[in-house]
Amino acid sequence: MNKMNITNAKYQKDLSDKNVCINATFDGVELSVPLDPANRHYAEIMRQVDAGELTIADAE
Amino acid sequence: MSNARNLSKLLGTDTQITTPDIADGVFQANKNLIINGAMTVAQRGTSVASSSGSVVRCVDRHRCFARGAGAATFSQTSTVPTGQGFANSLRADVTTVDSSLDSNDLYMIDQRLEGQDLQQLAKGTSDAKSITASFWVRSTKTGTYILTLFDDDNDRFIAKSYSISSADTWEYKTITFEGDTTGALDNDNNASFTLRWFLAAGTSYTSGTLATSWGAGVTANQAVGQTNFFDSNSNDFYITGIQLEVGDTATPFEHRSFGDELARCQRYYQVTQNFMGNAHSVSGVVGMVSLSGEMRANPAFSQNGVFKVTDGYTSDFVQSSTGGALYATKISNGYMLYLQNITGLTAGRSYHARCADTNVLIFDAEI
Repeated sequence: MNKMNITNAKYQKDLSDKNVCINATFDGVELSVPLDPANRHYAEIMRQVDAGELTIADAE
Repeated sequence: MSNARNLSKLLGTDTQITTPDIADGVFQANKNLIINGAMTVAQRGTSVASSSGSVVRCVDRHRCFARGAGAATFSQTSTVPTGQGFANSLRADVTTVDSSLDSNDLYMIDQRLEGQDLQQLAKGTSDAKSITASFWVRSTKTGTYILTLFDDDNDRFIAKSYSISSADTWEYKTITFEGDTTGALDNDNNASFTLRWFLAAGTSYTSGTLATSWGAGVTANQAVGQTNFFDSNSNDFYITGIQLEVGDTATPFEHRSFGDELARCQRYYQVTQNFMGNAHSVSGVVGMVSLSGEMRANPAFSQNGVFKVTDGYTSDFVQSSTGGALYATKISNGYMLYLQNITGLTAGRSYHARCADTNVLIFDAEI
């Protein structure tokens, strides 16, 4: 029902150089999203990735 | 509902209250499965404009949605039914008319419930229990409205109609959904039920036969007969006192304290200025955010504006723009956060929030 407009998705690394979250813009709002399937934002990111609608950039 | 009527209903033809009467839930505490049914908690603000195709939120836990040419403002109001003990209601105020609905247009308010809170319904078994919704509603637009209960785990739903017969007049509605012997609900923290009040819907939702019994999800059967509330920008829809309880009888609304309701809402969404950490570099602080209670899932983090930290004796340090990253997931009731875009920090020095303005750190674990 509610397809979020997601842009600028990019992995973020912690101090141990491990991917810990994805920063992205959701409907104009910047969010830092945990890698948790129970989180609705992460679930929507993965749904759009699987559908070929979104690519997540690697962390710098 | 008067006390005399309550007692009469409880006793039936008996003269004493018996243990089975109590077991039936008449005196049950925490009976309301809906959170913030009295619309008292509004952490995000008291008013929000619809955004076509996107969920917006005003009062906590209730999703407001508009998809189509119409638009509305959703707000927390003090317009309430007289004598029922409510202080607030949720209002949908049409600001842009949609008098000719396209097939996929959809306008609604709903709330989603976790499966682990619904196991008492024994759904998907021969012992499946009925569930009853009750609420106070008022609308400028009279006619037939639809309330639909979705089983999100098994793609099933059941829909019932109710009538608003007098314009701009509070009416009390009770609707019972029969128990469903098919489709057990997942015992987890994800959405298993969605209780949805339709305000208007296109033919994709209305062209079938209203599914008044549980069945597989046929979209065309969701909202058959729903009136078009969005046909005039004079239309206002108010709702409060929402209760969803086990059984086939609506009982008086369970009024909770504000603190109790707020704590329930904070499982899904909360804001804080509680932040303390050490500068990881000259431009960022890694620190802990302590939250109230455990959230439903690891939350997404955002800000409503630039945040300010201080080392306590030299100066304040303000973000040049919002920016942060969750560095670690749940640690007790807190999260490790990297707050970025700050200039002039001294690496290794301790910093804490400078709570001198209204900007906050936002954590969102809504379903």
